[in-house]
Amino acid sequence: MTPVKSKLGLSKPKIDSARELAEGITAPVQEFIDGHTTVTIERATLRLLGADGADADGVPVPNLIASQCAEKLSGGAAQYYLNALVKLNRTPAELNKEIEKGLNIADIELTDAKRIQAKAAELVKGLDARIAGNVAHRNAKLKQYKDKVKSPLIYVIVATGNIYEDVKQAQAAALQGADIIAVIRTTAQSLLDYVPYGATTEGFGGTYATQENFRIMRAALDEIVEKEGRYIRLVNYCSGLCMPEIAAMGALERLDMMLNDSMYGILFRDINMYRTFTDQFFSRMINTAADIIINTGEDNYLTTSDAVEKAHTVLASQFLNERFAFNAGMPARLMGLGHAFEIDPALKNGFLYEYAQALMAREIFPEHPLKYMPPTKFMTGDIFKGYAMNTLFNFVSKATGQGIELLGMLTEAIHTPYLQDRHLAIENALYVHNTMAGFADEIEFKKGGVIQKRAQQVLDETIEMLQDVKKRGLFTAIETGMFAEIKRPRDGGKGFDGVYEKAAGYYNPVEAYLKKKLKVGK
Amino acid sequence: MFIKPYGDTSDDGAVQLSFTLPVKNCGRAKEAARLYVQKLGFKKVDVVHAAPLSEDFTFFVAYGKTDVSLDYDKVEYAEAVDKYMSMDEVNDFIKTHFKRKLVIVGACTGTDAHTVGIDAIMNMKGYNHHFGLERYPMIEALNMGSQVPNEKILEKAKELKADAVLVSQIVTQKDVHIKNLTGLIELAEAEKVRGKMLLIMGGPRVNNKLAKELGYDAGFGAGTYAEHVATFVVKKLYERMTTRK
Repeated sequence: MTPVKSKLGLSKPKIDSARELAEGITAPVQEFIDGHTTVTIERATLRLLGADGADADGVPVPNLIASQCAEKLSGGAAQYYLNALVKLNRTPAELNKEIEKGLNIADIELTDAKRIQAKAAELVKGLDARIAGNVAHRNAKLKQYKDKVKSPLIYVIVATGNIYEDVKQAQAAALQGADIIAVIRTTAQSLLDYVPYGATTEGFGGTYATQENFRIMRAALDEIVEKEGRYIRLVNYCSGLCMPEIAAMGALERLDMMLNDSMYGILFRDINMYRTFTDQFFSRMINTAADIIINTGEDNYLTTSDAVEKAHTVLASQFLNERFAFNAGMPARLMGLGHAFEIDPALKNGFLYEYAQALMAREIFPEHPLKYMPPTKFMTGDIFKGYAMNTLFNFVSKATGQGIELLGMLTEAIHTPYLQDRHLAIENALYVHNTMAGFADEIEFKKGGVIQKRAQQVLDETIEMLQDVKKRGLFTAIETGMFAEIKRPRDGGKGFDGVYEKAAGYYNPVEAYLKKKLKVGK
Repeated sequence: MFIKPYGDTSDDGAVQLSFTLPVKNCGRAKEAARLYVQKLGFKKVDVVHAAPLSEDFTFFVAYGKTDVSLDYDKVEYAEAVDKYMSMDEVNDFIKTHFKRKLVIVGACTGTDAHTVGIDAIMNMKGYNHHFGLERYPMIEALNMGSQVPNEKILEKAKELKADAVLVSQIVTQKDVHIKNLTGLIELAEAEKVRGKMLLIMGGPRVNNKLAKELGYDAGFGAGTYAEHVATFVVKKLYERMTTRK
């Protein structure tokens, strides 16, 4: 996949300088992250230690514990859970039941730190074994069925609101050739400060992400894995106010990919920036430990702004997402950096620009799987035109060696996909991918032609933008609307009250485990 | 005038259909598809394509001809505005008749997170080379973004003394938009501001007819540009102003 030499004539020193700028931009943010925790990081930690279930009102156990801890969260919630396990001599399942019934574990006097640490060591060992088991299982299946791996991987979405209907649609899509199934979340779940519990059958434009729903879909796809002799990946949305908790659930239930962006929540969901930056770091450590590929959300920049004028904001964000992910110990092979085919179809030579921008991403991020998103903004009720646009998208995707291709639906502007919409999309992609299988190796570009010049121009504009962001600082850059033309104040947005400065002696055995495993920090 | 679909000849009634049935793909399934289309009232049914979607589902493409015709003269539909003005005409109209800037507040409300519609109408750039309301010199436009509760948008509209409020709804699964749209009207009435501002809704699955039914002043569907909405706003406000005098 790594190109020997740039077909686009991109300057290596320029690419390196963009990376250096990204490092400089993220460094002060990382300093903030390292000194803080959030209510959802604490809940994710509790989940990874075994906290689960919900009370009669549907309040999840991790949230009950977080409320009990209140300001004590700044010292870490794990110690209270571990303490209760030790002092009451309970298993996590037993303790969860008692917390559901009203037991307040934050009131129990803390026992000797050594006993708490010993309990932590025992549970973290179990956690490590479970995550390692999931990784080993996935790797074994990928190896067993490696001759059936497609490039790019075909990614489709199910979104019925009912996990059992989702299963039918997901299995059908996988049988038709989909490699990746994303269960889109119900609208507004990103703004819930808790993760609902249990299987769910109601949702709007998507299905609740719950651990039970993860388990149901994982089992359904595993059936197809064996039937088809092809590994089918499961995706969910590690974003919003519960980002680290979703990561925790995904690691436990063997999800394979997670939508996970360092700035998406700030810009597009008005979540507080300190909260998002802190949460994305912890989430990415969990995702890395579980060998889960993240998909970043740069496509969103192009649905809100013009895809030609603002192409450089996508590349700038990719550099920042890459750096933030490196900071969390994530290797490039797990970074599905996002971008999209969103240029106005009426624009003359628009296809050449799409081609240039997609290849540019491939050349600049050679080891990254790259998540390529289909046209959405200019899709209309004209499903036939839409199908034609998706064909060109499939072409660019194959010609530029994208890793993960989210297929466009001909009914994009109309409704959540019908069963047959996915079928038509997959047929289209399989046809294009096959008929031009060797195309990328055959083609070179005219020196100084439209395509080369376009890619070089976007890179230049990106460097300019990153220089400007560095000068202002990332927090200020976001406040002044440098990304997606959206302004977000640093102390505004949702979830700010859930950010805590770590108290002296902050204790989090899961964080310590992750940092050690991934060699993050000092 | 009675009308029927036109395939390749006047009044042949030719219709193209595609659909999925919950059965395994086989000869019997294809025959079932043909009979089903016949049951819908089509004649000369031809199932031209059948493909398995899984072991339990089959996708069909079919053609049929219909005898059903419709009296076009009896079809009633009122567009929000008969004749649209351009951006410049809208601005001149405001300058001449209102002598102040008009204030328009918009948002994608409720749980809906899709701003593509409200952005197309409001953002500077607009959509498909039609500038958005932010670009109109005589309009003060505020796009509040997505997932804005009805209470919030109304509060902001009161604060800014908005002349019009635009509500966008993209997600319509299980009629979630109807509940939300109705909620705004009820809230506006409860707070006694319904008569003080125009309430306008938009989205790919809504239209002027639905808007009227729900108590809105107008509704705009797919293919709407900023100048369409702006024309309606200025004409309607002008009409109110002149009839009140």
